[in-house]
Amino acid sequence: MPNIYITSSCVINDHVVYKNNKKVFENKHANLPEFLLAAYDNLEIKYPKFYKMDNLSKLGWLAAENLLKENFIKENYKPDDVGIVLSNANSSLDADLKYLETVKDFPSPSLFVYTLPNIVIGEICIKNNFKGENAFFVFEQFDANFIKQYVSNLVINNILQTCICGWVDVIGENYKAALFLIEKNSNPNATDFTTENINNIYQQHNG
Amino acid sequence: MDKLIADLKKQIVDQLNLQDIKPEDIGDDEPLFVEGLGLDSIDALELIVLLQQHYKIKLESADDGPKVFRTVKTMAEYITAHQPKNV
Repeated sequence: MPNIYITSSCVINDHVVYKNNKKVFENKHANLPEFLLAAYDNLEIKYPKFYKMDNLSKLGWLAAENLLKENFIKENYKPDDVGIVLSNANSSLDADLKYLETVKDFPSPSLFVYTLPNIVIGEICIKNNFKGENAFFVFEQFDANFIKQYVSNLVINNILQTCICGWVDVIGENYKAALFLIEKNSNPNATDFTTENINNIYQQHNG
Repeated sequence: MDKLIADLKKQIVDQLNLQDIKPEDIGDDEPLFVEGLGLDSIDALELIVLLQQHYKIKLESADDGPKVFRTVKTMAEYITAHQPKNV
């Protein structure tokens, strides 16, 4: 069985962005939309579609951009090699409720398109031209063991060569993202892709 | 027509959440889709909602969409020709 590593991680929680366990951005006195916008500005990427995303997609997209920044060598992979497996507890309920509000007047097409949780995966894939296997699971709470088993199976069986996986959850002002870049090749930041290491990174930045 | 065009530009920026674009940056004859503003299919649906919401106009046929939504000016011409008299 080949070794599999967590070669990068990004946790966004309690108004702070952590990359490989180091704080890379903080904006404590902002509500969630303001915080997400400030974190986007901090990346210094021009991507106008960001403004149109719902909060779940913005959070996942920001976590993925930080995760991949300076750590991911895109040229090492074909688009089909890169997959995304995400999970959360509140599905797309945050966008669902906002869409429901508009139904009373004029239903908003741009809100409607975000009323599925896996749209966040699409946004990450569109930005990076990833075309590999993807899945989104809804659990009551973060399940590191499931993520480890599911992603390991995809990588060991060569369905994917690398995978972005983890948790992206938003409901109102409550949110958390914890993404992991999984690769077969190690690097100086890497740790083994184990349930324990996934849980350690996830829990380290609980607000 | 000039006021209608100016109103439309502001409504497009608001409705489509174009935070990087000011209404005055949009040219009257600038293509809204592909080139120009680069709007997408979801934006097209939002423009249809905009016509209904602000001008009480329903597009007569989906086939008219590309012609009506080609530029801000073509939108303004369509609104002028189809706006109910009491709006």
